[in-house]
Amino acid sequence: MFSEFLQYLFTGVTIGATYALIALGFTLIYNASHVINFAQGEFLMIGGMATVSLTAMGVPMILAVVLAVVLAGILGILLQRFAIAPAKQADVVTLIIITIGASIFIRGIAQIVWGKEYHVMQNFTSDEPIQVFGAVLNSQSLWVLGIGAVLVVALVLFFTRTLIGKAILATSMNKEAARLVGIRTQMVLMLAFMVSALLGSVAGIVVAPITFTSYDIGIILGLKGFVAAAIGGLGSGLGAVVGGLLLGVVEAMSAGYLSSDYKDAVAFSMILLVLFFLPRGLFGAKVVERV
Amino acid sequence: MLSTMMRRAGKCAAVAAAGLMMMSAQAAEPIKIGSFLSVTGPASFLGDPELKTLEMYVEKINEDGGVLGRQLELIHYDDVGNASSARNFASRLLRSDRVDIIVGGSTTGATMAAVPLVEQAGVPFISLAGAVVITTPVKKWVFKTPQTDRMAAERVLGDMKERGLTKVGLISGTGGFGSSGRAQTLEVAEMMGVEIVADETYSGSDTDMTAQLTNIRNTDGVQAVLNFGFGQGPAIVTRNYNQLGIELPFYQSHGVASDSFLELAGDAAEGLRLPASPLLVPDSLPESDPQKEVVQNYKSEYEARWDSKVSTFGAYAYDGLMLAVRAIEEAGSTDPEAVRDALESISGYVGVTGEFNMSPEDHNGLDADSFRILEVQNGDWKLID
Amino acid sequence: MLNRLMQSRLRGVMVLALILIILPAFLGNPFHYELVTQMAIIAATVVGLNLLVGYAGQISLGHAGFFGLGAYFTGIATGTYGWPSVPALLVGAVVVGIIAWVVGRPILRLKGHYLSMATLAVGFIIAIILNNERALTGGPDGMPVPAFEVFGWELSTFGQYSLFGLQIEGFQAWYIFASVVLLVAVWFALNLIESPIGRALRSVHGSEVAARVVGVNTAKYKSLVFVISAVYASLMGSLYAHFQGFITPAVASFEFSILFITMVVLGGMGSTFGVILGAVVLKLLPQVLADFQELETVMFGLILMLTMIFMPKGLLPTLTAVVSTKLGKKKAGGAA
Repeated sequence: MFSEFLQYLFTGVTIGATYALIALGFTLIYNASHVINFAQGEFLMIGGMATVSLTAMGVPMILAVVLAVVLAGILGILLQRFAIAPAKQADVVTLIIITIGASIFIRGIAQIVWGKEYHVMQNFTSDEPIQVFGAVLNSQSLWVLGIGAVLVVALVLFFTRTLIGKAILATSMNKEAARLVGIRTQMVLMLAFMVSALLGSVAGIVVAPITFTSYDIGIILGLKGFVAAAIGGLGSGLGAVVGGLLLGVVEAMSAGYLSSDYKDAVAFSMILLVLFFLPRGLFGAKVVERV
Repeated sequence: MLSTMMRRAGKCAAVAAAGLMMMSAQAAEPIKIGSFLSVTGPASFLGDPELKTLEMYVEKINEDGGVLGRQLELIHYDDVGNASSARNFASRLLRSDRVDIIVGGSTTGATMAAVPLVEQAGVPFISLAGAVVITTPVKKWVFKTPQTDRMAAERVLGDMKERGLTKVGLISGTGGFGSSGRAQTLEVAEMMGVEIVADETYSGSDTDMTAQLTNIRNTDGVQAVLNFGFGQGPAIVTRNYNQLGIELPFYQSHGVASDSFLELAGDAAEGLRLPASPLLVPDSLPESDPQKEVVQNYKSEYEARWDSKVSTFGAYAYDGLMLAVRAIEEAGSTDPEAVRDALESISGYVGVTGEFNMSPEDHNGLDADSFRILEVQNGDWKLID
Repeated sequence: MLNRLMQSRLRGVMVLALILIILPAFLGNPFHYELVTQMAIIAATVVGLNLLVGYAGQISLGHAGFFGLGAYFTGIATGTYGWPSVPALLVGAVVVGIIAWVVGRPILRLKGHYLSMATLAVGFIIAIILNNERALTGGPDGMPVPAFEVFGWELSTFGQYSLFGLQIEGFQAWYIFASVVLLVAVWFALNLIESPIGRALRSVHGSEVAARVVGVNTAKYKSLVFVISAVYASLMGSLYAHFQGFITPAVASFEFSILFITMVVLGGMGSTFGVILGAVVLKLLPQVLADFQELETVMFGLILMLTMIFMPKGLLPTLTAVVSTKLGKKKAGGAA
């Protein structure tokens, strides 16, 4: 009984950690610009696909990872500079549609450049699963959790200890005031998109050995990330992490104990339930509506 | 106002129709082969090789002088794996492009969405999709080249019984292929006296099926596991199966019968069995096998032209096109009724997928034995039965 | 001037009717008719969605759920249980309306992205149920739907009819039918917008708090417009199912929901005729881009992105603004 539970938990936490990383990307951009970036999943795809194709070309793994992350970062900047910034006066939904257009565009390019097949990435370390109390854990799961934890800590330090991080926070709180104290808000926004893209691409790389990777992997993972961010409360880093883990665990538990047919429906019902009692998600900030 | 407009439109249509009739009287007019395939989207691993196959063989046939002295013209659209677009493109083929025959429909959903139109338009349609509902009950204008999912279930469960395995855990995808395969497996199992002791599903976008497999593993008395699904899902199932260390005999469906599956699943695929067309093991076929030559030719021609591995899905398109060509030749014209009748009476056509014997009661024309049971050994396919 | 024309309810509908009457002169073959018929059905759906998004300012990312429910209600009632089309369509709309009301009460309290999230979840749950209940819905491979029929009169795109002594083809009959449906849908929406309900809705869009302060029962109005837009979707879903003759759970999918909302935003939120243009453009694009093969996806994404960046208010409002400033300039030049 316990080993069963543990198995579901391992499964849930691994998937959940992925969702959490994507959700953090959403949170970052949302905080800086109040945009929900539906192209977030594409950063994930770029990370995985670029790494796979570069290693296939004979580039050493480490270098391939670095290049893939850099590529995603550049893409993040381009997205902000050429798609989001020109439409500053636009409505929230309009911005959402722009990011959807961007994600379709990026996906289309990826499909032409890299083809439509699924690709394998080797586990970072041994393929041997780890046995814990009768449950098994993929060694790659440890990488996902470990790198996820490192990234979260790094983000916290970035926002509390560095000037750039503080500038992003300031901009998110009040753009006008930030500009008055001399922060180049346009620069800051670009930076937020870049960091978010870096985060997404790293997530895409660490999970690729578990999920495989292909040009269209970003659609559904991106969506799940948005869901996780909303459960946790948009704009809350802690919320993104908790929301992601919660979503993953609920999915795995309902597949295990309830019905695998309806596990996604259970997850979506949970969202409705959470929002019913906590209209701003688990850790969402209480914002006073300006009249 | 409205009435004059309608009358004028009607007149236009009549003139256009008369024009078309005159044109088709000329022998030089090409034979139009229409196709809608899932070239991109989640089912692109079906549509992509299918389109490549159609393109290369239409070219080849034209170089060899065409059919009935006329060239073939391939008109194809990408339905992105979406049934509504499949229906729209089918309509475009039938009513705008006015094709003579349709060879296409990568997925069952896409095929079935086009069926009502095809039946009303009265144009022969050879589907490349798997589910048994396409040709059972028989529809006047609809044919198909792949074996049905029911046959796959019969072959797999038959092989299990031979090995003395009668309690089976089933895991299937919630997409069209897996869902229909699951329903057929449940039916066939009951007929054959095999008990399905566990019945789990996963959605096409799931990235981990450990929870479902844990449930199957912990089911009392389970002796073997069958996974019905296509895309990357079954490869993840295979890996999770291996990670969990489940030792039971493992079966997959023909939905993963391609070399790319072996690549994705890696070592984890070792020892699993599945029903597949002989295309995956062309060299293991005995010399006496009538399919051997067809299969070898298709494989070498495809791989030479596209510099990528053949897949059994492309072979469905090969057989579809060849059946169409043969029927048009037999009919001596592109008259839809005549072509349809010719299609229905094709017998003894040896294709890549199997030997086709069509009849008014059977618009598929294959039997379950056209599936070979293969096993993965040392990272390659091995012919078992 | 054009603005004033569009604002006038009657004139707007007349212009639309005129376009629908002239259009057949440009339709070369039955497929074109079918395409335009579909556009009309989808356009009527987004006219309903626009009431919610454009006027009440509530974003729904799950509207295809209601569309799909309507389609499947019709499919199952007429196909499996042999109901006549019209009662199936109406009962389906009532059922969907009730579901929307029940679901709408709690989720419409949510704001902004949380509301989007909740509607997305509702849409997903509906799509999952349609996909899984194989015995009822045929599962992911879909189910056939009989032709639309009224009093034993079957409306099939392959049929032949005589109307007022005039021979017309089935696809033309469907075109006329869908055109009338669209005109009625637009007429109803325009009247609603100009009614006290519409004014209350716009006040909700402007500032909900302010609306509440001056005594508008915002919850009631939001619920009402949510139900109305869901009923629109259900009715059109039913017609769509009849017209297509075959439905799959894709009609309730997230992609479809996104397509609907994109039509609204692209055409011009809050402009009834704008969203019709949005529906036309987005239904037409895949057919036009089909010839670009590999590049199809890239071009679709690019067009979507660029349009929204350079016309953030949507196609029709931007175009009208351009035309009226040009006209205005001309006038000013003439006076000087």
